[in-house]
Amino acid sequence: MRSREPRPMRPTWVLLRKDLLLERRAPESVPAMVLFSITTFVLFHFGLGRDEVEGSLAAGVLLVTILFAAILGINRLFVSEQAEGGFDAVLLAPIDRTALFLSKAMALFLFLTLVELVAVPAFAILLLGPSPWDALGGLVVVLALVNGALALVGALVSALAIRTRSRDLIVPMIGLPLLVPALIAASRSCAPLLAEGGASWPAAKWLAVLALYDLVFGLLAYAVFDFLLED
Amino acid sequence: MDAAPAIELRGVSRRYGERWALRDLSVTVPSGQTLVVFGPNGAGKSTLLRLLASLLRPHGGEVTVLGESLPRREWAVRGRIGLLAHDALLYRDLSARENLRFHARLHKQPAARVEELLERTRLTGRADDPVRTLSKGLLQRVAVCRTILHDPPLLLLDEPRANLDPAATALIEPLIGRESGRTRVVTSHDPVGGLAEADLALGLRDGRAALLAPAGEVDVVAVEALYR
Repeated sequence: MRSREPRPMRPTWVLLRKDLLLERRAPESVPAMVLFSITTFVLFHFGLGRDEVEGSLAAGVLLVTILFAAILGINRLFVSEQAEGGFDAVLLAPIDRTALFLSKAMALFLFLTLVELVAVPAFAILLLGPSPWDALGGLVVVLALVNGALALVGALVSALAIRTRSRDLIVPMIGLPLLVPALIAASRSCAPLLAEGGASWPAAKWLAVLALYDLVFGLLAYAVFDFLLED
Repeated sequence: MDAAPAIELRGVSRRYGERWALRDLSVTVPSGQTLVVFGPNGAGKSTLLRLLASLLRPHGGEVTVLGESLPRREWAVRGRIGLLAHDALLYRDLSARENLRFHARLHKQPAARVEELLERTRLTGRADDPVRTLSKGLLQRVAVCRTILHDPPLLLLDEPRANLDPAATALIEPLIGRESGRTRVVTSHDPVGGLAEADLALGLRDGRAALLAPAGEVDVVAVEALYR
């Protein structure tokens, strides 16, 4: 049942600050996601047998890699709460539980952004044919919307999975199908940006689809997150 | 002492899958009094504490805590309960001070309250060490600080003196003992010590109340019989 806490943002910052401090103190998610991304690019390099990719193939390789790297982060999103029962202490605090969702989604968004700061340049060096510089602005917008989708769905699915014994299975089995529409829109947005002589800005239609996806899942998460935390 | 009971359970049941952890439990605890819960492992003691903390929903019966019906008005009791569980409910990679400041912010308590409690529990010297490096006894003292940080009127204490030496027990006694003046539900495996601090004694066996009486009327032998 939703609490009567009128200002969920204050506890959201408190919870987010704690998550960032934990990741800084004992880095786990971000280094694992970065390492996974770079390793995957190397594997694609050899697996495709090509030195360079462009267009829709480049968009697919980049986005699927980010998607799978995100799964690693999503799996670990609530681990610190679960490990020592800290979850219960947070649930007993007089805060709106939406704050917990928002803080986890924001933490995942920030983790993904950090990962992309390394992974996208690595992708450009290892695999991408055309220079991404001309389309950098558009790419940043698309990745921000993709991160939003991953963060919202990831926080939701992670909260669902954390109370199950098969957390590592639940996250990809539920999360990946939910993310298919976002992946399609992101791929269509990115493909022209990563093509030789392609566009410098993504099509408004696909950006709108991504933004709508973020909005719908943001509202959905807000509506159901409390219920996911019930025993 | 308030006239209204702090805790009122009527016919409360809770199961995990097919197994009943609590069955048809009715008990009333007046404000400011201590209910000590005895029973062997798996009798339902921790389940009872989690129900009272609003962390579990009953599958039958009525739960009223601090005048609020659970789970319907669980938001109204959040922040008014201190739970000392088997797990410390602390983040292992943060220090005691960081953990307590985090909870202080969630409960809108000033940082000075954290320093006061660290001082009272003589943890100041180890306050900046990650809690994963603390002994079980020190960890329990940090957990006690977290439990009473927000000065809750109701304490739910799961074997609160576990891992504590006599000196540490004496340190935390004013904070969570009878003299704290709070309503308390305490689980214990120590019939003598438990009855000494109880106003009411509840003995659980297989989730049912095998014993429920004012502590003064309960014999140690009757409590010991729960474990046979």
